[in-house]
Amino acid sequence: MLDQLISDPTVRFVAFGTLKILVVFGVLMTFVAYAVLVERKLSALIQDRVGPNRTAPPLVLKIPVLGKLLQGWGIFQPMADGVKFFLKEDFTPDYVRKVYFWIAPAITVIPALLTIAVIPFGSRLGGEPMVIADLNVGILYTFGIVSLGVYGIVLAGWSSNSKYPFLGGIRSSAQMISYELAMGMSVVSVVLVTGDLNLGKIVEFQAAHGWLVFYQPLAFVIFLVSAFAETNRLPFDLPESESELVGGYHTEYSSMKFALFFMGEYANMIASAAMMVTLFFGGWSLPFVGAPAGTWLGGLLHIGIFLAKMIVLVLVFIWVRWMLPRFRYDQLMDLGWRRFIPLALANIVVTALVLAALKS
Amino acid sequence: MPAFTDLLFFAFAGLTLLFGFLCVANPLSRNPVTSAMFLVLTIVSMAGLFVLLHAFFLAAVQILVYAGAVMVLFLFVIMLLDLGEEERRKLNRVALVSGSAAVIGLAVVLGRALLAAKPMAKAGAVAADGDTGALGRILFQSYLLPFEILSILLLVAMVGVILLSKKESR
Repeated sequence: MLDQLISDPTVRFVAFGTLKILVVFGVLMTFVAYAVLVERKLSALIQDRVGPNRTAPPLVLKIPVLGKLLQGWGIFQPMADGVKFFLKEDFTPDYVRKVYFWIAPAITVIPALLTIAVIPFGSRLGGEPMVIADLNVGILYTFGIVSLGVYGIVLAGWSSNSKYPFLGGIRSSAQMISYELAMGMSVVSVVLVTGDLNLGKIVEFQAAHGWLVFYQPLAFVIFLVSAFAETNRLPFDLPESESELVGGYHTEYSSMKFALFFMGEYANMIASAAMMVTLFFGGWSLPFVGAPAGTWLGGLLHIGIFLAKMIVLVLVFIWVRWMLPRFRYDQLMDLGWRRFIPLALANIVVTALVLAALKS
Repeated sequence: MPAFTDLLFFAFAGLTLLFGFLCVANPLSRNPVTSAMFLVLTIVSMAGLFVLLHAFFLAAVQILVYAGAVMVLFLFVIMLLDLGEEERRKLNRVALVSGSAAVIGLAVVLGRALLAAKPMAKAGAVAADGDTGALGRILFQSYLLPFEILSILLLVAMVGVILLSKKESR
């Protein structure tokens, strides 16, 4: 009976699909929480401070050496932050446009979570492909969903009905559209090389032929810089720039609604790091352990490799934030439209010419 | 499971019509931003219909281009101009006549196309699970001329916009 149920493809699909979604969601949320901690610790290191080192639940300090150590690393800080966000007063100002003010934080988080669905985070585990949705147009899906992410910020800025959030919203809509173009065009040359839009196939191509960052270094640089602009991180965090716009689009938000914007930013950062690993750094493959694993151990190893690469890229995101000052808005637009888009176009033409020459 | 996809079809078709109606004639709000957001929802539910037709490429491009780029620009312009509530205009006789003429014309064209279509006919090689290669071949071989004419039309529109917006500074 049970064997029959497991061998039924529909049941298998639903069961494993649900399981994968739950696990990926859980892992992603943990990563988001601890990315905040890593950000604080790393910024403390860069600025010669200590960072969060006081939080600990009551009984932990009773553990001999380990307790003190965990407290010093701030391992419990994200939990305290979470509790604080839930318990703070959720204040809605009187002058806001209520409906949009309430749904804007949700619209920010949902696209960030949806992009993860097509990313192949491992090869195979017990015969199951380690990707939630194996789409033939994976890259286009990601770009489509990412392009929806701007609505949350724009609506938050507009619905707050006060000038600084409004300026932040306006800035973000122009910025994200501009950099989406450069980002999309940089990926076109990647697709030209691999000849497939399916992210799983792109990873398999890299497992066989080597990482794409060596074929397309220019495309990678453009993609990386555009990712900073798309996630609204320094040096391109013009939509929030606290020194001129108070807090930008989320000035009027408090409590869990503010936390949702915060989570959206980190989830976006993790999603774009995962995307870069998939497109340019060979996904789950390493040069010497290439082919899809047949064993459980091999499958787990591939997931570990993917996560390790992703963490390195997230660290780069965080490191850059604390090293570079903010751009001016005209500099940002200039870089996007007058440098990156022509460069990306030239890259496409050159790639196409080289590929045609190699074929003939 | 055919019954399930049928259910999804009716859900998406109903949502498309509902959101489209709310976009142009929302009884609760005359706010341009609300209309724009309902247009986004219309586009997204239409993408759902494309997915049911196995046209994944079209669905993704629909969301990427229309919902993700065009509508954000709409929103940008609406916010920048700070448009208030739209006033209810009185019915204009010329607009009424030309509007209904356009609707009847479109309905005739659509009806004829629907009658000419064979029921349940497969769209042939194109529909092969939204294969981008097949789509590209058709676009750049069979329909190359219309495709290029369309691009030139868009270019003309773009140059026209730049010309119109530059007029003041001269």
